[in-house]
Amino acid sequence: MGMTMTQKILARHAGLDSVRPGQLIQARLDLVLGNDITTPVAINEFEAAGFDRVFDKGKIALVMDHFAPNKDIKAATQCKQCRAFARRFDIDHYYDVGQMGIEHALLPERGLVAPGEAVIGADSHTCTYGALGAFSTGVGSTDMGAAMAAGETWFKVPSAIRVNLTGKLQPHVSGKDVILTLIGRIGVDGARYQSLEFTGPGVRELTIYDRLTISNMAIEAGAKNGIFPVDDITRAYVAGRVDRPWEAVEADGDAEYERTVEIDLDQVDCTVAWPHLPENARSAREGKDIAIDQIVIGSCTNGQLPDMAAAAEILKGRRLAPGVRGIVIPATQSVYRECMHLGYTDVFLDAGCIVSTPTCGPCLGGYMGILAAGERCVSTTNRNFVGRMGHVDSEVYLASPAVAAASGIAGHIAHPEEVLK
Amino acid sequence: MNAHGTAHKYGDHVDTDVIIPARYLNTQSHAELAAHCMEDIDRDFHTKNRPGDIMVAGLNFGCGSSREHAPIAIKAAGVSCVIAKNFARIFYRNAINIGMPILECPAASEGIGDGDEVSVDFDTGVITNITKNETYQAEPFPPFIREMIAKGGLMASLRAKEARA
Repeated sequence: MGMTMTQKILARHAGLDSVRPGQLIQARLDLVLGNDITTPVAINEFEAAGFDRVFDKGKIALVMDHFAPNKDIKAATQCKQCRAFARRFDIDHYYDVGQMGIEHALLPERGLVAPGEAVIGADSHTCTYGALGAFSTGVGSTDMGAAMAAGETWFKVPSAIRVNLTGKLQPHVSGKDVILTLIGRIGVDGARYQSLEFTGPGVRELTIYDRLTISNMAIEAGAKNGIFPVDDITRAYVAGRVDRPWEAVEADGDAEYERTVEIDLDQVDCTVAWPHLPENARSAREGKDIAIDQIVIGSCTNGQLPDMAAAAEILKGRRLAPGVRGIVIPATQSVYRECMHLGYTDVFLDAGCIVSTPTCGPCLGGYMGILAAGERCVSTTNRNFVGRMGHVDSEVYLASPAVAAASGIAGHIAHPEEVLK
Repeated sequence: MNAHGTAHKYGDHVDTDVIIPARYLNTQSHAELAAHCMEDIDRDFHTKNRPGDIMVAGLNFGCGSSREHAPIAIKAAGVSCVIAKNFARIFYRNAINIGMPILECPAASEGIGDGDEVSVDFDTGVITNITKNETYQAEPFPPFIREMIAKGGLMASLRAKEARA
């Protein structure tokens, strides 16, 4: 029986010729990731277990992004604990304020993930790197702590759903609309414990940033990972970033999938996930009656330069509707700098937005844009659970940067066409 | 190993953001996490929950964030077992790793009502609804997982193994 991309990568990292769904394997890891929230718990476990060495100081990445720059004394204490650990073990890839970005934008940008590699991270959106043809998945802090010592971890080999993409994206439609459409079709547990394997002629119509956004939200369908084939677009992205040898892995022609979901990209419209689950996907055109108080443009899902460009294109020469607060958060220092060089920062400021240093901040209700009871936000982030961005009676509507920007101008959920005409 | 207590019943897709909201993730204190467990969907949980009580839910319990603080908060609140139709995968793994007993059992999830008195035999997987005089069969964990949970989680069981060696 043939193997999927995911199964093949896992087999290689387990030193096996083949694996089958459901098989428990022990796999070697190319990178172990943690952030300022999950790493302290991992360090506690690591130290309580009595470990006194890490498996490879070059294969651990610690990124202070969730509550950093420190939002309060407790957050500062957690970052301090991570910093001390990084110093003690001379961790190469420790990113603090000044170098850091949102982890899942930063790691690809810095070339820390390459096609064919296996990565775990104590953050559920670690699945982002599937966009580069890597196997990557989120775990908890205990798994992270053990993996920092051992350099390997156990996995149950997942079965897979094939997502066959055809056609090409219409104007203003992006990877965010594709993944919200998919989650709307299969549900928040539609791919529970499975891989989402994206295939088909539509793949080449998606930029690497579209793919990063799509893989990022695979977890919102319950998936273990979401992975794309490696093509010239992938190679162009990793060239000049990854300086170690890597090998792309292809799915076997006779790989088995539990089912196939067809998505015609031509038919995907600007899509918004209504509260309080990412599966509540509807057309952005249905939101005219939903008045909003805030937009957030950023996060590990949509904080890359093309996301900033899409927002700037719509905000240019326009102003936010009265009463709407606009929060723009470029995901990394280099995206932040490019926003300045390309004039996007001026566009955002002229529109009445603020531009923040990289942080996960508002996405998880940490800080930098918390909502009061009854407030509504159109956000380019990834979760709209009860209380996710603040008060339990606030509402988060998930959308692309183009839709968030258009909604900010309109004062209600809006399709970009509504404000551009 | 057994559990016995009052059931607190929840629906489908209980996410880790409501199990422990991110605004409390600036602490690792188990007591503090326990004090805020479930507060965004069940304000009364902290007052009505007694040590040993059992949480019962529907599909995809623990979906969302990978925060291990979620099973930690539930365990530290004194909950002796979570029964659900099924669990999100990261939560499932985290719960075992920290020694929080969980069982998948659709029949129990359907049959048990809020406030029912429930007991669980982890060795056999038999769940008894004392209030309704019903039993439900869950797949019990294999012995090595039961031992890991009994020892208090993955790291604790590794330490125990090392001490024996």
